[in-house]
Amino acid sequence: MSADRRRKAERIRHLLDTEGDAVHENTQVFNEGRYESTGDLDDYEELKAEARTIKEDAIERLPELIDDVTAAVEANGGTVYLADDAEDANRYVRKVVDGRSVVKSKSMTSEEIDVNESLEGSGAEVWETDLAEFVLQVADEAPSHIVAPAIHKSREEIATLFNEVFEPEEPLETAEELTRFAREYLGEKILDAEVGMTGANFVTADSGTLALVTSEGNARKCVQATDTHVAVAGVEKLVPTVEDLQPFVELIGRSGTGQDITSYVSLLTPPVDSPTFGDDGLEPGDDREFHLVLIDNGRMAMREDDQLRETLYCIRCSACANSCANFQHVGGHAFGGETYSGGIATGWEAGVHGQESAAEFNDLCTGCSRCVNQCPVNIDIPWINTVVRDRINRGNDGDLDFLVEGLTPDDEPGGIDPQKRLFGNFDTLAKLGSTFAPVSNWVGRTDTARALLERTLGVDSRRDLPEFERESLVAWFERRGPRVSREAASREVALYPDAYTNYVRTERGKAAVRVLEALDVRVDVPAAGESGRAPLSQGMVATARSNAESVFDALAPTLAADHDVVVIEPSDLAMFHREYERLLPEDDYTALRDRSYELMEYVYGLLENGAGVDALPDGDGERVAYHSHCQQRTLDLEPYTVAVLEDCGFDVATSEVECCGMAGSFGYKSEYYDLSVDVGETLAEQFEADGNADRTVVASGTSCLEQLDALLTRRPAHPVRLLDRE
Amino acid sequence: MSAEPIATFESSLDDLGVDLVRTTADEFASTLEPLLDAPAVGAPLPFEGVSLPETVETDPTVAELDAAATGVTAAGYGIADYGSVVVQGGAEGAEPVSLYADEHVAVVAASDVLPDMDAAFDRLAADVRSGTRQSIVATGPSATADMGALVQGAHGPMDVTVVLLEGA
Repeated sequence: MSADRRRKAERIRHLLDTEGDAVHENTQVFNEGRYESTGDLDDYEELKAEARTIKEDAIERLPELIDDVTAAVEANGGTVYLADDAEDANRYVRKVVDGRSVVKSKSMTSEEIDVNESLEGSGAEVWETDLAEFVLQVADEAPSHIVAPAIHKSREEIATLFNEVFEPEEPLETAEELTRFAREYLGEKILDAEVGMTGANFVTADSGTLALVTSEGNARKCVQATDTHVAVAGVEKLVPTVEDLQPFVELIGRSGTGQDITSYVSLLTPPVDSPTFGDDGLEPGDDREFHLVLIDNGRMAMREDDQLRETLYCIRCSACANSCANFQHVGGHAFGGETYSGGIATGWEAGVHGQESAAEFNDLCTGCSRCVNQCPVNIDIPWINTVVRDRINRGNDGDLDFLVEGLTPDDEPGGIDPQKRLFGNFDTLAKLGSTFAPVSNWVGRTDTARALLERTLGVDSRRDLPEFERESLVAWFERRGPRVSREAASREVALYPDAYTNYVRTERGKAAVRVLEALDVRVDVPAAGESGRAPLSQGMVATARSNAESVFDALAPTLAADHDVVVIEPSDLAMFHREYERLLPEDDYTALRDRSYELMEYVYGLLENGAGVDALPDGDGERVAYHSHCQQRTLDLEPYTVAVLEDCGFDVATSEVECCGMAGSFGYKSEYYDLSVDVGETLAEQFEADGNADRTVVASGTSCLEQLDALLTRRPAHPVRLLDRE
Repeated sequence: MSAEPIATFESSLDDLGVDLVRTTADEFASTLEPLLDAPAVGAPLPFEGVSLPETVETDPTVAELDAAATGVTAAGYGIADYGSVVVQGGAEGAEPVSLYADEHVAVVAASDVLPDMDAAFDRLAADVRSGTRQSIVATGPSATADMGALVQGAHGPMDVTVVLLEGA
């Protein structure tokens, strides 16, 4: 393993050991809360669409909104400073603070510019009053989550920290005691402070109103108790009007911590006039100063960038982090850059701190797409991760290219990491493996080959490599031919032979052909190549596009004949339905999307439209544990498999995890092996629990099958195998 | 005003663990009395025929504010769907009174209970434009989960009671 991969693997292992449990427990609460709370909204999708439209419009008109808000704040008696970058912002804030004591409420933007360091360097005292930020200030640690920055710390750890640092007369133990202590300690700081600093979740351009979404009440106190209010906010926080806040207020708490609404949504149109704390008591607050520091720091350039622009719609709710299996297990200290963490952090870090900061953690997004439907402004977060990965690939100088030359007929530049190139060209590899099977499988099992693969390409030797079949599915079908005549056929379909089904798991392809035929469908298996999923997952967008074009060409005759395309591998169907929109001409994309179906979804449709369930085997109450696939669930296709199996008489239990942790090549990479297994174990535990331990295990995705096979003693299979009479 | 938003308001508050106490201007004093734990602070109430008893300090010192067990303020309106009250602080001190006391008692007119966030934002926007400098949409007590478990009462109040003023 290379030194860099080893360093990464060690860091991840360390974080799994030290922070993994607390992060897992806490993100789980947010994740479940979000599903429940957004489920209560009748108009959830409409609100998301509305929020998205407002953000698109605001970013489009941003220069105009900056002018508007400047005029509004000045008319209210405040000042607006537009800071080009972090240093510019800090210089201004230092001047305003002028050595006075500052109390702050939580603000990720202030973390982005490191304002505390800047102020303390100028002699000012700064106290974080958000309890989690206070914990981190005392512990001298960085946030690991954009909403709950100390999510990686357990109550016990916080108690130990406070007891050591503050030496209270009675040691602190419970969450109540810790909270009371912090409230009192910070209460004095708030009383003494002269400057209150806040961020802003939203700023309305028409009125200069800040919306602060909080629960503790500290932001309110920071503003009320002081006579100078400094708010720092990225320019992207501007929305046109006060009315525009409504969908965001309904979505942000639900999407973040799973609360319908947080305790306080403060709409402040500063300078505010509440009585303030003077030297002798409460004094009129009508002399309060207000400074709004709007920060560019790369944002205006992101606005010009067709791929990164969507990042600016982000309202920093953390849904993408909480719904991410990798994040749930390892947390934001691994899955994050200088400031931001979670899926969308790749866009933020690339935009505000530069690509190198994003490169540190970008690979932890496996493209599983579980975050996509969770984002309250419908940002395609996996796509942003893919694009930034592509840019990182193009920015690297490679020195191991010779190792994979010849295996890699791709459209990528020379500098790309050879590991990514290997996995990105899985189709070529599989073709070779199949041609030389079984020799290739024997070689692949030798210690020498595995050591070489691990050392040079970072393929973890603890993973079993795929066993290639000598005869591909396409070759088998060519030899065998269709078994339902055109006259007898109820429908005609092309079964898409994804690279895994074609060369490795041919048995599920054969089962699919037989099951479709049993339902009177005439099946063809055209030699359409790899969908582009493999290169896309490595950030090889150009190769993915070229694969997509070839697949479309191979399937075009099927579409032209008004036949359907049936897909076994959910990640490839997800390509057809989601990513092809960005890779193919629009007409080609919609033609394929509208006629392509997941295999069990198609079987469900056949049964609903008159095909007899008697043509399929009777499950006779057989107990089955089913793990759907992440991308399949994002497309809302899990229920069809369950329904078909139940129709056939199986007793089905389903998993409750976001992802199996294998995620294509991710679990094979030596730097991520431990994390992949850690994620997979949560799934394995569900299937080993009482009531499930005796069930036959089925899973739709290839990766999921590999992962389950590695972690369970039962051998899992694709659900279509249960419907195959052979 | 139909009874429906009030019923929804009551059930939303109930979900939050917030008591709703109904009263009228005539009965206000006797309704409030048992809700006041001493020492109590307050901000003047804008409702006709309703005022705070003398035991409630409306011009507190910092120490009195900090020591207050109960803080009584008006709420500009309620939001039925969420069980929220909108505290519109200003020069008269509703903001500190509603923040520092252990328990916040919010008095809202039944006619000001709005059905949902849509209606609330129409009103919030109109208020901003007519000069209201701060509106806090407050929902339940302050809370934090930052110390390893959910705790009610972080920097703000740990209890909230809503007094619904009918016929006002």
